[in-house]
Amino acid sequence: MSAIPGPPLWLLLELTYRCPLHCVFCYNPTDFARTRQELETDDWLRVLREARALGAVQLGLSGGEPLARDDLEIIVAEGHRLGFYVNLITSGVGLSETRIAALKAAGLDHIQLSFQDSSRQMNDFLSSTRTFDLKSKVAALIKKYDYPMVLNVVLHRLNIDHVEEILNMADKLGAEYVELANTQYYGWAFQNRAQLMPSRAQVERAEAVTNRFRERGGRPMKIYFVVPDYFERRPKPCMNGLGSVFLTVTPDGTALPCHAARMLPGFEFPTVREKSVGQIWLESDAFTHWRGDAWMKEPCRSCPEKARDFGGCRCQAYLLTGDAANADPVCDLSPHHHLVTEAVALADGPDVSSVEKPLVFRSQANSEALFP
Amino acid sequence: MSSTPICDASRPAMDRRFRLQWEAAQNAHVLLYPEGMVKLNSSAGEILKRCDGQATIADITADLEQAFATTGLSKDVIAFIAMAVDKHWVTVQS
Repeated sequence: MSAIPGPPLWLLLELTYRCPLHCVFCYNPTDFARTRQELETDDWLRVLREARALGAVQLGLSGGEPLARDDLEIIVAEGHRLGFYVNLITSGVGLSETRIAALKAAGLDHIQLSFQDSSRQMNDFLSSTRTFDLKSKVAALIKKYDYPMVLNVVLHRLNIDHVEEILNMADKLGAEYVELANTQYYGWAFQNRAQLMPSRAQVERAEAVTNRFRERGGRPMKIYFVVPDYFERRPKPCMNGLGSVFLTVTPDGTALPCHAARMLPGFEFPTVREKSVGQIWLESDAFTHWRGDAWMKEPCRSCPEKARDFGGCRCQAYLLTGDAANADPVCDLSPHHHLVTEAVALADGPDVSSVEKPLVFRSQANSEALFP
Repeated sequence: MSSTPICDASRPAMDRRFRLQWEAAQNAHVLLYPEGMVKLNSSAGEILKRCDGQATIADITADLEQAFATTGLSKDVIAFIAMAVDKHWVTVQS
């Protein structure tokens, strides 16, 4: 568009798709097994320098499991040297005391640790691993190394009734922040949507429990309850509009305007192997296309709320309606809103337990089976 | 939120959970914290960068009044620090 865009304030590097966990709600693409070679260390360091020069300041290191890269400490150190606030988003698997000490020395600012549930059985079932005890030990290490601890728990039908136990666990572990992130239905989560979608009553109960916990007094612990957007009537202002503040780079170097955007058809997503971050942010169609509102269709284009929610999520619009320029069907002004209410109605229905489809765990084998 | 009274003798310091930083690209000081950022206006930035745990609010006020050739900032500085304590950006010691 005409105006010069602001900087990509948030840079998310998905360093690898390798992951010891197999979570059923993972947002990674279901075809991740097709991913070619991961970027080399020097490529990541160049991406950091170029993005920082543009004004990027929050750095997320994620995956997959970023600890699967043995150059993580080098990447953290360069991010820190450049002035990024460096966030590690991890399952905790692989975070030994040796590595956390090295990451601290390298200048890592913060660790977000995921739990799948408050109970060993459910945590281990949902991630298809035995990791609960290990995660508890990692939480203690995070405290020992004086990090602010953010616990992230993805909520869905199978664990949302445990919110009180989850909050008690977080409190006991000494978390400063807890993100109760209701599942967003992309990637593996979309694949498993029918089994993961909670009922409306479950969501309301979980929110009430969370509010009661917030009022309990005691040790300060900030709780974010991310409402599942399928239950809303207006869409989330996804990424503050694509190409506005967020840039992610996937393990093979593809630059995307959001985690899930690779699914959007009609774009040749640029790669940092061939273009600088500046060229990608300022010139590539995958980013410039979504700035402003020229891409919008009705009812968004003439909607007085378009500057607030930017028409919602492009990936959700594409996944559910087949056209990324449509209004996010979460919006009740969308002619496709019934696609969302039908999915919720299914979860509210009496016969949801008769959904016989098995959960599909995120794994190399399942990815290859889905995309032979 | 905070029960610590804030007065001229208080010594504010940045809370360890927040990092204050000048960002040329935004032409502003920002506060960085886990997965988030607050862009500060210029007076907030000027006050916070003086919160080193050594200087008292009286020292900070005098320094600001000198730097910006003005007087009578004391009430504003105290009100801002009280707000910053509420938000856990800074802690104070008397």
